Amino acid sequence: MKLSQKIEEKFFKVMMIFSTYFILLILALIIYTIFEKGIKAMSWEILTQVPQGGYYYGKGGGILNAILGSLSLAFGATILAFIIGLPVALYINVFLIRHKKLVNLIRFILDLIWGIPSIVYGAFGFTLMIFFGLQTSLLAGILTVTLFILPIMIRSMDEILRTVPIGLQEASYSLGSNKSETAFRIFTRQSFSGIITAVLLSFGRAIGDAASVLFTAGYTDNLPNSFLEPVATLPLSIFFQLSSPVPEVQDRAYASALVLTLIILLVSLFSRGIGKRYHKTKINF
Amino acid sequence: MHLLNRQQRHVVNYSWMIISLLLVALLPFFLFLGLYLKSFLLIHDYSIIDLIFSKEWRPSSGKFGFYPFIVGSIWVTVLAMLISAPICLLTAIYVTQYTQKRFLRIMHPAIDILAGIPSVVYGLWGILVIVPFISKYLGPWCGVKTMGYSIIAASFVLSIMIIPFILNILIEIFRAIPTELKEAALSLGATPWQTIKHVLMRKALPGIIAAFGFGLARAFGETMAVLMVVGNVVRLPKNVFDPGYTLPALIANNYGEMLSIPKYDSALMFAALLLLAVSLFFNLIMHFFIVRYNKY
Repeated sequence: MKLSQKIEEKFFKVMMIFSTYFILLILALIIYTIFEKGIKAMSWEILTQVPQGGYYYGKGGGILNAILGSLSLAFGATILAFIIGLPVALYINVFLIRHKKLVNLIRFILDLIWGIPSIVYGAFGFTLMIFFGLQTSLLAGILTVTLFILPIMIRSMDEILRTVPIGLQEASYSLGSNKSETAFRIFTRQSFSGIITAVLLSFGRAIGDAASVLFTAGYTDNLPNSFLEPVATLPLSIFFQLSSPVPEVQDRAYASALVLTLIILLVSLFSRGIGKRYHKTKINF
Repeated sequence: MHLLNRQQRHVVNYSWMIISLLLVALLPFFLFLGLYLKSFLLIHDYSIIDLIFSKEWRPSSGKFGFYPFIVGSIWVTVLAMLISAPICLLTAIYVTQYTQKRFLRIMHPAIDILAGIPSVVYGLWGILVIVPFISKYLGPWCGVKTMGYSIIAASFVLSIMIIPFILNILIEIFRAIPTELKEAALSLGATPWQTIKHVLMRKALPGIIAAFGFGLARAFGETMAVLMVVGNVVRLPKNVFDPGYTLPALIANNYGEMLSIPKYDSALMFAALLLLAVSLFFNLIMHFFIVRYNKY
């Protein structure tokens, strides 16, 4: 081997190792920064109270309104997206299994709408809201976020459902079940862990996105109590508090970021655990 | 006792499925139509070419020039890709060709976590780490005085945000290449790097282009993190240390006042329409690269 070749070989190997560990290092740095800043600013008061008078000038209170608001928004959107998403994923994999071209077209459309930036959903949600004469509200937020997580939910379920072997489907038909029974009773059970993972993934996306709720969910210091009233969300509370010049308020933004990151890490940990646990109900071929 | 008999339940389930499917399949069409109708007021009065290439942005006197925002978006996106693309490519090759399967098991959760971190948190991290780094070290080192809130800061943050996205696709692509190809090249006496350069890269090229294209589209539409560190100054940036403004940031920043100035909301919806068009266009093109890749 020529010397130049040897150098090239070594050079790229070193670059590869460098970039791999660079990514891991950056991840560690992000997590470290969020925890270090967040834990310093964290207190019981922040987690359990709503903003008091003068909150945005550094007086007392907390972000309970944003925590509960975000949770109710994300739960609502996930449930709604599940109600619309599961049948679509099942339909593609049970009813359309003989129409490869049509299935590919639908998957293609889903991938297209997955790629649309969330701010576009936000703007669209806003036009819908105006069209129906709604105010910024929990309901408008839920509807917008639902549209945003729908492709994520369907495509992740689809990836699991397409691995269900054709033999299982044929066995179900031969025992006399019709297609929708096969879909809702056999396919959902066989892919249970995958469906839960898809739901949790969508939940994580729903709770973390700010751009789509900026126009539609509004912001309030009150706890969420009605579908037709504005609701506070964690990403927006981080964003608003961070742009304040008061250091105490900025500190609370760090605490809010820690809360949001923890929720998302928990959800992702949980979905890994679920995947392992429900393997038993699955029939292995 | 069931409320409905089997046949009736089948009909209910079936129609539920069809309605949901239609809703989802028509969604892009509705998105486009809704945004188009809202921005019609603006498109009707100005020509689209004028809107895109005019440099003046003064909504209060009816001047809507999107050029600074489009240029800002392109700068930020392209720079982010330039940082992110080589890192992702090298990592994907390393992880799939040089390491044990065990290493992927560490790498996958790491990628998942990076992908799961919300964009406001990335923005916060950018303000805490990247912005001071640029104003204190990188700027003076390059001989530029900068606040830190700049095009380059946004590109840094953005490049990290799109890493998990591109890396996932690249790893899939490199894993899908049949081992025989690699073995054949190695048995002919090629070194590992020669095998990668001349065999694997060539085989994976359409897939790599597609991965970068998807990443580019994703970066172009990213809102909150960019908004928080880019500086938000409506001006054509002269160098990468200048503050800039991007299309998504424009929409997000002005939602509060958009109803008070005539045509302002139309202008913002037009910006959203532009984003939608760019995103659909890129994803469409890249889809064909992926299809081509799968045919080989």
